[in-house]
Amino acid sequence: MAKNVCVITEFRNGEFRRVTNEVASEGRRIADALGTGLVAVSLGHGISGKAADLGRFGVDRVYVADDPGLEYYLAETFVPIIAELVTKIDAAAILLPASIDGKDLAARLSARLELALLQDVVETVVADGGKLQAKWPPYAGKCFAWAEWVEGEIPLLSIRPNVMPCRVVDEDREAEIERVDLAITAPRASVAKYELESSGKVELTEADIIVSGGRGMKSASNYTVIEELAGALGAAVGASRAAVDSGWRPHSDQVGQTGKVVNPNLYIAVGISGAIQHLAGMGTSKYIVAVNTDAEAPIFSKADYGIVEDLFSFVPAFAEEVRKLK
Amino acid sequence: MKIVVIIKQTPDTETAIRIAPSGGKIETSGIKWIINPYDEFAIEAALRLKQKHGGTITAISLGPQRAVEALRTALALGVDDAMLVEDPAMKGADYLQVTRVLAAAVKERNADLILMGSRAVDYDQGQRGVMLAERLGWPHLPLAVSLESDGSKATIERPIEGGKVTLEAPLPALITFGGSHAVWNPRYASPLGIVKARKKPVDVKKLADLGFDPADFGIEKSKIRITSMELPPPRKPGKIIDGGLDTAGKAKELARLLREEAGVI
Ligand SMILES: Cc1cc2nc3c(=O)[nH]c(=O)nc-3n(C[C@H](O)[C@H](O)[C@H](O)COP(=O)(O)OP(=O)(O)OC[C@H]3O[C@@H](n4cnc5c(N)ncnc54)[C@H](O)[C@@H]3O)c2cc1C
Ligand SMILES: Nc1ncnc2c1ncn2[C@@H]1O[C@H](COP(=O)(O)O)[C@@H](O)[C@H]1O
Repeated sequence: MAKNVCVITEFRNGEFRRVTNEVASEGRRIADALGTGLVAVSLGHGISGKAADLGRFGVDRVYVADDPGLEYYLAETFVPIIAELVTKIDAAAILLPASIDGKDLAARLSARLELALLQDVVETVVADGGKLQAKWPPYAGKCFAWAEWVEGEIPLLSIRPNVMPCRVVDEDREAEIERVDLAITAPRASVAKYELESSGKVELTEADIIVSGGRGMKSASNYTVIEELAGALGAAVGASRAAVDSGWRPHSDQVGQTGKVVNPNLYIAVGISGAIQHLAGMGTSKYIVAVNTDAEAPIFSKADYGIVEDLFSFVPAFAEEVRKLK
Repeated sequence: MKIVVIIKQTPDTETAIRIAPSGGKIETSGIKWIINPYDEFAIEAALRLKQKHGGTITAISLGPQRAVEALRTALALGVDDAMLVEDPAMKGADYLQVTRVLAAAVKERNADLILMGSRAVDYDQGQRGVMLAERLGWPHLPLAVSLESDGSKATIERPIEGGKVTLEAPLPALITFGGSHAVWNPRYASPLGIVKARKKPVDVKKLADLGFDPADFGIEKSKIRITSMELPPPRKPGKIIDGGLDTAGKAKELARLLREEAGVI
């Protein structure tokens, strides 16, 4: 079989997640530079009717494993199937989404196939001679680093969500489908209980807009101010460590070096001073707005638009303006 | 129960990163070193488990000589003994090598449970724990925000989008820790703990002590290499929206700028 760049998809609730399209688009770009084809490996439940759509992003062929036992990612069931497939495909490079599950799968594949992995890639370059180089943000984005796979190695990389563009090469193009015969391994790690509080909550790392509140919010109940603005913008809600430590917000909302590292189009920091650990987690946002009463707060040094105002009067007024625009 | 905690020494999160003149690494002079915060959460979980059910805790670190300070801190917190794998041959080692060495190190201790951070706040790669579980052939429970174990199985809770899930695995198992300071509230070392730590053993091992040939390790044997590092481009100077506007006027102006100038709303 001719060499192919291989992308591994992520499918949830009947849809490919957007990051899958981003990964496929980047895969196509690399495949073109290397002069190879592009194949996808898709595991999930209910995938069969959707897989051909990946052709829009330049995928030539999709290996589909569609089974109720693959509804949720579990390393012990997914890894053997995918490891066998990528070996058979004779991959020139393997790309995954740098989602929570994608990173887990990537590290498993790395150890199983002895392939060097780079997680959270934000940019790639195919150098002369076909060597792949990739950039990622260590120290939660305080700096960037470039790495290069040694000649002859198959690059394995996970692509950070929200960074790479989705490129439709042809609206009508359909990928070929190849069904995979399955042998599902019974996992030892098992799910004892699922507790869903809110469905449809936007994952912070994949949100286009984030409104975050810090110690300036002063209480948990005051977050209604933030939620109202987030509602008007269709945004996700984040928080500083101070707000999480105070018990005002769940820990999964924490943005920063020991929280989520985010990269939205727009990050609105409300009542957040801009400590180095917080800036590390959101400093690469495309646009940053800061609302703070203290004109000297370090957050203003990173903000594209700064508002020196009391948040309790400004944020509701701004939410009102946003509603007017819609 | 035998618990092994794997820890890494990382720069303090307060550190402003500078790039070393040689290019491919950060400037380490003047850096304050700490235990990776997520590994601190793993230590905290181990100490709580031991308080409840007894057992022993060994901390293992792979790193240069300075990493012994991280191990001393772990011992001061209540860890029983420590192992440092220190070998200059590891310079520039990739995670394939690092996890091969860690797998050999933990095998020396016959652990029932391995606990470690889900990621280190230096390279932020989140590879080591998952890879180590794969190399050992053990089940892995990721991103734990709680841990319970009765000696035959481990149970954790892990956040997922919009909720949480409870996961279980039979021992031996490897757990990687997520959450935050608010979740784990890791303890500080007491003065008595610091005194006691001085008498606790730190076993220093070279690659050869673990049955490896140092010639198989290091940058020359790495399948991936860091070629350069750079600081993010400075953000273009922003503007404070003022212009003598009142609150409502600033709100209107911000909405206009975000729509017309930035095009993000
Ligand atoms: C190991 C370690 C890891 C850490 N990791 C993280 C992390 O991941 N994420 C993180 O965020 N932090 C982290 N921190 C904590 C960080 O150092 C700061 O303490 C924290 O970010 C401060 O949060 P804050 O900006 O909300 O609070 P503060 O620094 O107290 O700032 C509050 C701001 O609100 C403003 N304000 C008050 N009232 C109003 C009002 N009515 N209207 C408008 N503005 C108002 C004030 O002027 C002030 O600037 C970490 C610290 C350590 C030691
Ligand atoms: N002297 C050393 N002994 C043991 N491990 C080391 C040593 N130096 C670096 N390492 C580890 O090897 C890996 C690569 O390190 P570095 O050369 O700093 O990129 C990291 O996991 C380090 O912790």
